[in-house]
Amino acid sequence: MEWLQEAMPNLYLGFEVALSLKNLMYCFIGVLAGTMIGVLPGIGPLATISMLLPITFNLEPTSALIMLAGIYYGCQYGGSTTAILVKLPGESASVVTCLDGHEMAKNGRAGPALAIAAIGSFFAGTVGTLMIAQFGPPLAEMALKFGAPEYFSLMVMGLIASVVLASGGFLKALGMIFLGLLIGIVGTDVNSGMSRFAFGVPGLTDGLSFTVVAMGLFGFAEILSNLAQKAETANRDLLTQKIDHLYPTKEDLKHSAWPIVRGTALGIFFGVLPGAGPTIAAFSSYALEKKMMKGDRKALFGKGAIEGVAGPEAANNGAAQGAFIPTLALGIPGTATMALMLGALTIQGIAPGPQVMTQRPDLFWGLIASMWIGNAMLVILNLPLVGLWVRLLRVPYRLLFPAILSFMVIGVYSINNNALDVYMTILFGLIGFVFIKLKTEPAPLILAFVLGPLMEENLRRALLISRGDPTVFFTRPISAGFLIATAILLVIIALPALRKKREEVTEEPAPV
Amino acid sequence: MKIKSQEDFWAGLMFIAFGIAAIIIARDYPFGSAMRMGPGYFPTAIGGCMVFLGALITAISFKTPGVGIGPWPWRAMMLMSLAFALFAWGMEHIGFIPSLAILIAVSSLSTPHFRWKEMALEIVVMLAGSWLLFIYGLELSFPLWGSY
Repeated sequence: MEWLQEAMPNLYLGFEVALSLKNLMYCFIGVLAGTMIGVLPGIGPLATISMLLPITFNLEPTSALIMLAGIYYGCQYGGSTTAILVKLPGESASVVTCLDGHEMAKNGRAGPALAIAAIGSFFAGTVGTLMIAQFGPPLAEMALKFGAPEYFSLMVMGLIASVVLASGGFLKALGMIFLGLLIGIVGTDVNSGMSRFAFGVPGLTDGLSFTVVAMGLFGFAEILSNLAQKAETANRDLLTQKIDHLYPTKEDLKHSAWPIVRGTALGIFFGVLPGAGPTIAAFSSYALEKKMMKGDRKALFGKGAIEGVAGPEAANNGAAQGAFIPTLALGIPGTATMALMLGALTIQGIAPGPQVMTQRPDLFWGLIASMWIGNAMLVILNLPLVGLWVRLLRVPYRLLFPAILSFMVIGVYSINNNALDVYMTILFGLIGFVFIKLKTEPAPLILAFVLGPLMEENLRRALLISRGDPTVFFTRPISAGFLIATAILLVIIALPALRKKREEVTEEPAPV
Repeated sequence: MKIKSQEDFWAGLMFIAFGIAAIIIARDYPFGSAMRMGPGYFPTAIGGCMVFLGALITAISFKTPGVGIGPWPWRAMMLMSLAFALFAWGMEHIGFIPSLAILIAVSSLSTPHFRWKEMALEIVVMLAGSWLLFIYGLELSFPLWGSY
């Protein structure tokens, strides 16, 4: 490890932190629990992370974040497993994995598909980790020069970018952003000390707990929606098949090598941009691989071509990793999942932002190193455990959901040992179900909910400095740059060609 | 005029309702000026945006095609909410073990596919498992029986 100490002293420090026996154990538990919940059909990463958040609350910050990173990668991978085996993607980013991955499984090649997905994810994760180590610090340095106007404009850009790919229409997604900002206001106003939207309930003056909102919207509501859809009728035929020869052949590896490299590059690129990173990345990678196919393999595409699993899975994970760069360096999450991670950071008493890197290097670099360790654990652990996940998928939903609900409610209650939190979860769960019924995507809401207080704060400060002159956002070059980028995004959204593409991409997977 | 997209129509009305509520409640907070914003400034501005956006969505719902809202799963909605509420109440009055048993029993009833024997077995397994994980492992200080 000496070469590492010289080449990247920061990363070395990180590995020292992450490789302690205790933290390795937390990383392992995180990966295992994340995969276990992520494998369950109909439960995406947002639901998984919000369900498992409370178990990290009692840990010290570094261990908690390491465990969370494990959960994050675990549930991403669990989602791909479900996509390949039963064609039930837990999230939009796994939709493409279904196409060829499930075909491979039907041909009795589920093993290689799962293995290549893991290997591709691991490769992308490794490159992503190095990119964060490389570009995180300079970006954070730049961000330290940001003033209130820059931060406000950056957040506007992030919020608009997050709805570019929202399912169910742009206007409704925009409405959800405003609603999220509004919910974020609940609690005591920092400047005046006045309690707002608390309705005289003493428990609300500290603001709504972020776990409560996330757990209601993504846990409670999704389970309700699964129950309504008769999840019992899922396609489970394949699960009775035995998965032998797990390991891909030389031929498979040869076919997947370049797709993985290309997928990684696409993934990290889209991940760094604020917005719906993993989904766009996975879809572009799939489209790219389709174009790159030559000769008689072309006919294979969509019928179980390994390239169609390797590329998107690498892209998916690369984007998941890339999304950490703006999140950690700027303290501004680009996606709802990242908002959850930042929320967890705040609960641990750490104000996210560029200063984390200098003030808590052990935490920052420990997290980065454990991302890599988490990815490695996925490959080592999950492949042999595939049999276990298959067995878990065979458990009928009528038995699964009360167990999931138990973990959720214990988690919510344990935050403050407070019944009010549970009642609020019910409220947000029912509201979240109404959102599902109205085909309104709740992910932008949670992002706005986390950013809301920061936005108001920076808006107030910016206008105070400029003496109430709103042109301050346009006269400062960096701030103007963000707003111009936002305007370009809005124009792109309005273009009919893209609109059609977006409808294709975000189309709900057909119920199986 | 016929509503083409039920879901957009109601989503629009929902945003309008939230927006109006925000504006009315925020009237109790000092508004301030752009330079020195009071606590009422930001919520009022957002409420206004929501009303405008909601109106737009509702207006468009007469033109864009929709798939409809579909039936509401009243049984699951009520039983799941009841299960959570009973758990929250129970934690403060009867302790962790009976509360969790009630939660699993009531929530299991949310689906008509439930079976009594399975439910009983699940309660036993979940009680043992959560005791091991949360009480023994994570050392959460819940009263197992009775109140604090």
